[in-house]
Amino acid sequence: MATTVRVESLTRRFGDFVAVDRVSFEIQSGEIWGFLGPNGSGKSTTIRMLCGVLAPTSGSAEVLGYDVARDPESIKLRIGYMSQGSSLWNDLTVEEHLRFYAGLFGIYGSAQSAAVNEWISRVGLTEHRRQLAGSLPGGFRKRLAFACTLLHRPKMLFLDEPTSGVDPLSRREFWELIVELADEGATVMVTTHYLDEAEHCNQLAFIYGGRVIARGSPEALKHAPEAGITVEIVSPDNIALLDTLDDLAYVRSASLYGSSLHVTLERGDDIATLQSVIEARGIHLPALTPITPSLEDVFAGIVTGSSASGSRPA
Amino acid sequence: MNAAIEIVSVTRRFGATVAVAGLTLEVARGEIFGLVGPDGAGKTTLMRLICGALAVDSGNLRVDGVDAVADAPRVQAMIGYMPQRFSLYPDLSVMENLRFYSDIFGVTRDMFETRSKSLLDEFALTPFHARLADELSGGMKQKLALACTLIHSPTTILLDEPTAGVDPVSRREFWRILYGINHTGTTIFVSTPYMDEAERAVHVAFMSRGSILSCGTPKELKEQLQGDIVEIRCAKRADAWRLLRTEPLVRSIEVFGDTLHALVATAAEAMPQIAQRLQSAQIGDVRIREIPPSLEDAFVAKLTA
Repeated sequence: MATTVRVESLTRRFGDFVAVDRVSFEIQSGEIWGFLGPNGSGKSTTIRMLCGVLAPTSGSAEVLGYDVARDPESIKLRIGYMSQGSSLWNDLTVEEHLRFYAGLFGIYGSAQSAAVNEWISRVGLTEHRRQLAGSLPGGFRKRLAFACTLLHRPKMLFLDEPTSGVDPLSRREFWELIVELADEGATVMVTTHYLDEAEHCNQLAFIYGGRVIARGSPEALKHAPEAGITVEIVSPDNIALLDTLDDLAYVRSASLYGSSLHVTLERGDDIATLQSVIEARGIHLPALTPITPSLEDVFAGIVTGSSASGSRPA
Repeated sequence: MNAAIEIVSVTRRFGATVAVAGLTLEVARGEIFGLVGPDGAGKTTLMRLICGALAVDSGNLRVDGVDAVADAPRVQAMIGYMPQRFSLYPDLSVMENLRFYSDIFGVTRDMFETRSKSLLDEFALTPFHARLADELSGGMKQKLALACTLIHSPTTILLDEPTAGVDPVSRREFWRILYGINHTGTTIFVSTPYMDEAERAVHVAFMSRGSILSCGTPKELKEQLQGDIVEIRCAKRADAWRLLRTEPLVRSIEVFGDTLHALVATAAEAMPQIAQRLQSAQIGDVRIREIPPSLEDAFVAKLTA
């Protein structure tokens, strides 16, 4: 498998602030690679460097064989970048947008019409073809922005929160298209705050405080040592229990899911300790056993584990 | 009279558009109720009708037994509403924002002193009480907006997509606060685009085109799904996906990392057939098992039925 993105010790500072701190990773051709992290952790800054729109302070990165610092223009022509902010003109129609972008990428004549028709139909905007972008609902604006990034058939796609504000059904359609594109040979790097959505990715990386703190497939991450051990507790008074858990050093994170409580612990040995602490409070529970954590449990566990170990301030 | 919110056959039109269409729904006192639906389903309109910001065209709407149409001011005093774009005043401090909202709701000075102190403590905002709202992080703004919503001690709060665009860790913290508020008896009615978040509610309603498609506990909603979900692992995942997309016995198929999830009529019948189809296409190493559906599976199936 060929390597589409190669990042080594990539760093970006803004004044004294280190937004991206010696980040290294590779993305293989055809992968759907998910980039996860809290707001302000360095996701968008990394993506902007990989797209050639922001110069790195140090380190290096190659995209499709081109160096981001030396040859950003070659990268810009070959990638598709969908940023978080909308770059649509309210007074252009759906079709006019696509024709405009096609022109930017040097697609004219019958090739332009063919490309415009194909993408209008593939993102599901056929019925909105002559509608002004300004009058489209949020989810449809995202579809249009997505189509604009795909027109020139980029081999590498950077999608920065493409589905934020998109409803669950449309989100499925978005992902179906992303899978199709990967199947047709594109490599996809995508960020999202929807962790159920991150399950679609082949590979995931967690970034926190500018550093990549965990990587792997969704499956592997759920079983990685960094993720800790998660148990599920169903007790009559979860809220009171939650306050007790806060004071225990080996509890990384705890969160309520309706009537059950997911608790992420440092190690397997902590299960017995936790059980006796709960017992001592007069709450009798069946023996606690580890569960497969959700990606959200993993995310919260890794982020708290990382900040507790003092590797970086939050 | 146990319902916090009681909605019977409520309709609201905007010109020719029927935003809420003869909708009936009951939210029990003291529960967390989640509302999920596509853009344009009418979720925001419904919330604005409940809090009395909009009038119903027809039907009945009661909050804690009080008629929201005939007695809107009383209902507004009982309800806290946090719209998607909550207006904090950027050039006012945290404390000044709270005081502003307490004045709007006619909270007495004594009441404000105790209430603001306890809210700031509970939301870990005390150290920032003098900071301008504009200089708060996204997560803190969200908490301040919630504190403003709660300043007049409402019995029910309506939150319109409070965590959209908020990262998972901050979202967890926000929900922890919500559970705390709920624990002291406040009813919470919350809309969300995140299905994993809807799982945190006691009851969830799926809304589409102005009506409720179904309503129940997350468990009940998943049980209502017509069909089963099977998980497929095999050697050539991409080939299998291409093949099964056009397979009639597979109603829909989704890629999850290295696995596929297929919606089929019955797992017992479909699993051997899928295995056979894959094997005859030279796709080896096939492992198929039935898995429990997600809330999203249940919702999408309802929407596309």
